[in-house]
Formats: sequence, C-alpha cells, structure tokens
Amino acid sequence: MAESTPPASSRLSLALSAFWRILTNPAFAGAVAALRRGSADAPRTSPTPEIRRLQDAEPNAALQLLGLLQQEGRFIDFLEEDVAAYSDAEIGAATRVVHEGCRKTLRQHFAIEAVRGEPEGTRVTLAEGFDSSAVRLTGNVVGRPPFTGRLTHRGWRVTETRLPKVAAGHDLSVVAPAEVEL
Amino acid sequence: MSQARYAVGIDLGTTHCALSYVDLASSRGDEVSEAMMQVPQLTAPGAVDELPLLPSFLYLPHPDEFAAGDIVLPWNSQPGMIVGEMARSVGAQTPIRLVSSAKSWLCHPGVDRRAAILPAGAPDDEVARLSPYDASVRYLQHLRDAWNHAHPNDDLAAQEVAVTVPASFDPAARELTAEAAQAVGFDRLVLLEEPQAALYSWIHESRGEWRNQVRVSDIILVIDVGGGTTDLSLIAVTEREGALELTRVAVGDHILLGGDNMDLALAHVVKSKLTAEGKVLDHWQVQALTHGCRHAKEALLADTAVEAVPVVVPSRGSRLIGGSIRTELTRDEVARTLIDGFFPEVAASARPAARPRGALTRLGLPYAQDPAVTRHLAAFLGMQAGAIDDLPGFAPRGSGSFLHPTAVLFNGGVFKAGVLVERVLKVINDWLAADGAPPVRVLAGADLDLAVARGAAYYGYVRRGGGVRIRGGTARAYYVGVESAMPAVPGLEPPLQALCVAPFGMEEGTEAGVPPQEFGLVVGEPVRFRFFGSAVRRDDQVGVLLEDWSPGELDELEEIEATLPADSRTPGDVVPVRLRASVTEVGTLRLEAMPRSGPEHWKVEFNVRSAAGQ
Repeated sequence: MAESTPPASSRLSLALSAFWRILTNPAFAGAVAALRRGSADAPRTSPTPEIRRLQDAEPNAALQLLGLLQQEGRFIDFLEEDVAAYSDAEIGAATRVVHEGCRKTLRQHFAIEAVRGEPEGTRVTLAEGFDSSAVRLTGNVVGRPPFTGRLTHRGWRVTETRLPKVAAGHDLSVVAPAEVEL
Repeated sequence: MSQARYAVGIDLGTTHCALSYVDLASSRGDEVSEAMMQVPQLTAPGAVDELPLLPSFLYLPHPDEFAAGDIVLPWNSQPGMIVGEMARSVGAQTPIRLVSSAKSWLCHPGVDRRAAILPAGAPDDEVARLSPYDASVRYLQHLRDAWNHAHPNDDLAAQEVAVTVPASFDPAARELTAEAAQAVGFDRLVLLEEPQAALYSWIHESRGEWRNQVRVSDIILVIDVGGGTTDLSLIAVTEREGALELTRVAVGDHILLGGDNMDLALAHVVKSKLTAEGKVLDHWQVQALTHGCRHAKEALLADTAVEAVPVVVPSRGSRLIGGSIRTELTRDEVARTLIDGFFPEVAASARPAARPRGALTRLGLPYAQDPAVTRHLAAFLGMQAGAIDDLPGFAPRGSGSFLHPTAVLFNGGVFKAGVLVERVLKVINDWLAADGAPPVRVLAGADLDLAVARGAAYYGYVRRGGGVRIRGGTARAYYVGVESAMPAVPGLEPPLQALCVAPFGMEEGTEAGVPPQEFGLVVGEPVRFRFFGSAVRRDDQVGVLLEDWSPGELDELEEIEATLPADSRTPGDVVPVRLRASVTEVGTLRLEAMPRSGPEHWKVEFNVRSAAGQ
C-alpha cells in the first residue's frame, strides 16, 4: 500500500486544498462530511481492512508553514487580532506587512503555477478524460465530454515544495517564541 | 595530487558569500557548465534551508539562548556558532553577539587583524570574541563543509579554488585572506580581484559574443558597488598575435561605501520624519524601518509612475494592526537621498571631500567620508589619467585630465535600479562630452549579485586554457621607507626616502630583482619599516630611491616587520640584509630579508600589530 500513501509534502498540499475546498464548495463539504461519518460509523467488518480510504494529515509540515508565515509575514498576529476596532486604513497598513512577508514565504518555499494558462473569461474545451481533480466543473454540469465553458478561475498548482529541514526534536508547535528583552 | 574535477569560485563578500563551480570535464571552449551551490544554513532555530547566498554574519549564542539540538547543521550536530541567515536575523536584535563586516575589518590598517576584537561592541568578559581573520575562516569553513556534504567524493580541498578579494585590498589583507583559505585546506588556491571576476562572468555569459562587443583599444571601466564596498578597475583591450587580450591597468582605492549605507540613509530620512511627528523608534524598529525602506526604494526605482510608497514599521508585540506605525517614502526623498546623495552630477574635476577626523575618534571602521560614488569615480579616473600611456595602440585622449573609458561594466545589487545606472552613465558621458569624446557603451548581461562567484569559477576554467585571461599583475608598486643619511638637525625629522622593492605589474609566480641597498637587522629583535604603495608610478624599477613625491602619489600602508631568529647568531648583533619581493602563485606579495651571503632568508610580516593605541 506504500505507493498509495502520499509523502508528507504532498499530504500538506492535499490537506490545504481540501481545507479551502471544504470552505468554498458546499457540495464537496457535504461529501467530506459524509465520508467522515461513513468512516466513523461504518462497522469495521471490511474484508480488506488494509485499504485506508482516509489518513491523518501530517501536522509537522503544517506547523512549520504556520511558523514561516508568522516569522516573515506576522500571519498569526494578523488573524488573531480583532479587526473590528480598526479603520480600513489601519488594517490596510498592517496588510502590507502580511502581504509582503507571506508572499516572500510562498515564493521561497513553493513553486506555483496556474492550472490553466488561458486568461480568465475565455471559453475553454475539456476533452474526454480531463483531470477532474485539476479542473472543476460548475453550473450546468450535464451531458458528456468534451465540455465547453467559461474559465472562471485559472486555478493554482504547486509544482515544487522546498521546505526547510527541521532539527530532530525541534518543537514545531511553538510557531512564534515569546520574546523577552534583557 | 589527483586531477581536480571542478573549478570553484568563492565570493567572500562583506555582506554575502557565494560559491559557484564549473565542471571541468564537461566544459569545452565557450560552452561551460557552471552552477551555483545552494548553501544549507540555519534560517531559524531548528530550521535548515538551502539558499544561494550565505550572509557573512556570525552569531555567538549565549549558552541558554537556544534549545539544545536547535543549533544544528547537516554536517555538524553542535556547531557552537551560527553562520548565515539566522545569524543575521537573530543578530539584528542582539547586536552585541553579532560579528558583521569582518571583511572590512580584515583590511583595516589600524587594528591587529588576528586579535579577537569582534563583535566590536560586545561587553568585555561576557561574549567570546573572534578576530577578523577567524571570522573569514569560519565563513570559508561553512562553505567547505557544505560543499563536502553535497559532493562526498570530490573534497573541496582537491578542487581548483579561486577566492575573490577587492582589487583595492592591500598586501596584508590579501595575505590574510589566502591564509584563511589555506587554513581550511584549500591547497590549489588562487586569489582573484572582484572586478576582474565580474568581467570574467560577463565574458562567460556572452558565450563567445564578447569578442564582437569589445574591440582593440577599448578601455573597460568596472564599477562594482557591493553591500559594503565600492571597487573600481580599468581593463584595456589589447591585441597579441591577432587575438584579443585583456589587461587590467589600474585599480581604485579601498572605499567603504556600499548599498547598505544607501538603505540606512533612506531609513534615517524616514526616521527623522517620524520623529518630527513625535513618534520615537527603538533600535528594533529602526532595523524594521531599514528593511521596509529597502522594499519601498525598490518599488520606487522600478516604476517611475509611482510618487510614494507606504512604509510600515510593524509593532514588536503581537498587536500588529494597533501597534504598527505607518509612513511613506516619496520619490522626492529617494531622488534627494539616493540619486543626488550618492550619485550626484559632478564635474570630472570633482574630488571626494575629506573631513579632518576628530582627535578622539572611536576605533571603528574607516567608512568613506564622502558618500558620493561619482566623486570617488572622478578622483579615480583623474588619478589614472596616464594609466594607458605605455600601452601600444592607446593614444592619450582629450585634455589628459582624466582617463577616458569607452565601455562600462556594472556590478553589485545596487545597480538593479535602472535609474542609478542611467545616472552614472549620464555623469560619465557628460565628462566625456566636455572633453570631446564619444559616450561609453554598457556591457550588459551579467548577474549583478552572483557575477563575482560565477566569474571566479569560470576563471579556474580559463586558467587551464579554456579562454581569454585578464593580465596585469600587481596594481601597485611597493616601497620601503629609508631614512636618509644626513647630519641630524634638532627638531627636524630626518627626511624619508622611498626605496622601490616591487615594481608595478608583477605577475603571479615571479620574483623581483634585489635592490642593492642594505638594512641592518638586529638579531632577535623585531625591526619595523615604513611601507608604501603607489597605484600610479608604473615605471619605477627595483632599487629606485625616491627623494620626494607629490601628494597622493604614494600611500603609506601599515608598517612591516622583520625578525631575525637568534638561532646561530648572537642576539643583539647587527646583520646587513637586502629585501627581495616576489608574487606567489596564489597571488600574494611576499617580502624576504636575505643576508649578504648564505642561503637563509626570512619572511617580512605585513600584518603587524598596530603600534598606536594598542
């Protein structure tokens, strides 16, 4: 079963993409919820128990990425702060720090490219056998391929992940240490 | 010794180090397979990342500062000291434990470069210290270990290694750099001047096209503004047996002025604006402001339509939105501070202002007193007006008040800003136009950050016959001070004469003649000589005795010292010796004291503990 278990790096991107998809796509969220219920409730009488349909996302790479986003872009500081008390101008000023730092982190550690090279808004045709994990159909999804429709989002694909190596025993759960000036 | 597989170039910079390598076996003619080594280094506690540059910073951590096991490298579980990116970021908050600009200290004549004096501001007895020499060894060690980790079958010590030094480095600083490289095991070592390395990189990048972009009697001006230093060189294009040749004819003075000064200057402009609004910044915030200004500057220089770019000084605490200070950097401020401050439009006759130093100046780095790069450039071209008079095919041009370059090669990250390139070109072309000469051409296409390392690796390939070499030898003639024999006059120092011991343009692996003058050395006691260099006296032969010279013609270097061991002699005896200069294969100057007879000789030390104030 080893070849069906993705390595930690791709599991992270899988976890992140699943996270966003659950948040933005009610249908997908419903399917995942059903999947979770199914795996939780199903009686464990399967004749082939070694087939794991779900796996735990490895937390270390996620913690490491959180730490990097905080270190360079004050990501957690920004999200943990109550924005209701501030004007748009004040939030906008802080956003520059977050945007610059997080973008630097993103570009340093990932190579990202658009899934579809065409400008958004153009009509595209999907031949039979297209990769449905890379292109999602929305709206009037009926009939058979080839499908023709308007590109509403070009998509993103991580083509390379370059995360720093971690010292054995390093506590990744401290994503930002407290600072004490002597 | 086995055959080297790679030619390796190491840029040992003031603010960054980089390593490039050429696979000698798979390179032919103009097709050279060259690559940059990614350098693993700590980027945060417990995190090791691979970056193309190794920041030249070293941090000496407190034993309780980091968790055991968090300071680790792929090849060392307890390095003890932190080198690179993490040293820089942690050191910004705890500067008393940070060693930076070690290279500038390495060529500081006022200090003992082997004495543990860094970090410069560390409290006594609390922080272990290193010498500028030790710091250089540490950076080279890190690069060596990174290489050996990545190439377990090709030890770096067995490869051809070229380490770059500023063209303006004096003999003592060159020797210390070579010794540092030899201390980490580089036996096949050569030193290469950084502006030459930049030109080699340009030649390499052109893949043979360079022969069409320059022509005989061109004079190439290399302007290399790094993070901490400005380095100038002139390289003439000559011809021998129908093939183009390159000859380095002059190098500039050592100018401690670079891109970091420019970012700091902008930060101070913005800081004073905030102070006027009643907002006071602490040390940490000024660091963050400098960082923000660098980004704002890049945005403003990249897009001429933008009038102002916001700069945010983030809060130090976790309240990012509530605690941050917002301000902006305007186009006018950048133009005033950067373009007119560091690259003002000046006449060719302009010279850098030299403020008299206060009597009680703290012992620090001798930063350039005039920040105007263009004035330093005018002084260099003016001083070198006669540099090509002896070259066949180069007629003196124009008024003769300054040397006319015909092409310019820019190097250093500062010149990523197109407006600064344009400004420097405009200034040079205005000088040329006023003297009736055509404008310069720009030699484009080199990588501004990595050219020095890349060119140094390519140089290793060229040395094996793979391409054109830049010739030129030493860029200075060297003299020893001799007190003239005349009756003592009370209240007057005996006049000093300068004896030429090494002529201009000595090639690697050559020996100068021995001047007839003899010096008396006292056995068992160190004897010091005053030592001078000249970047303009090209025709002095060994043995020439100068009675007087015009200001600026001879620069006094730090004193040199010879000690005759008392082995087979009586301490206190005076032995007459003569001085012989040579240039080693590595590229360092060597001076030896030789007695009248016998095969013995003793090395004369360049790096002497400073007599003043130590």
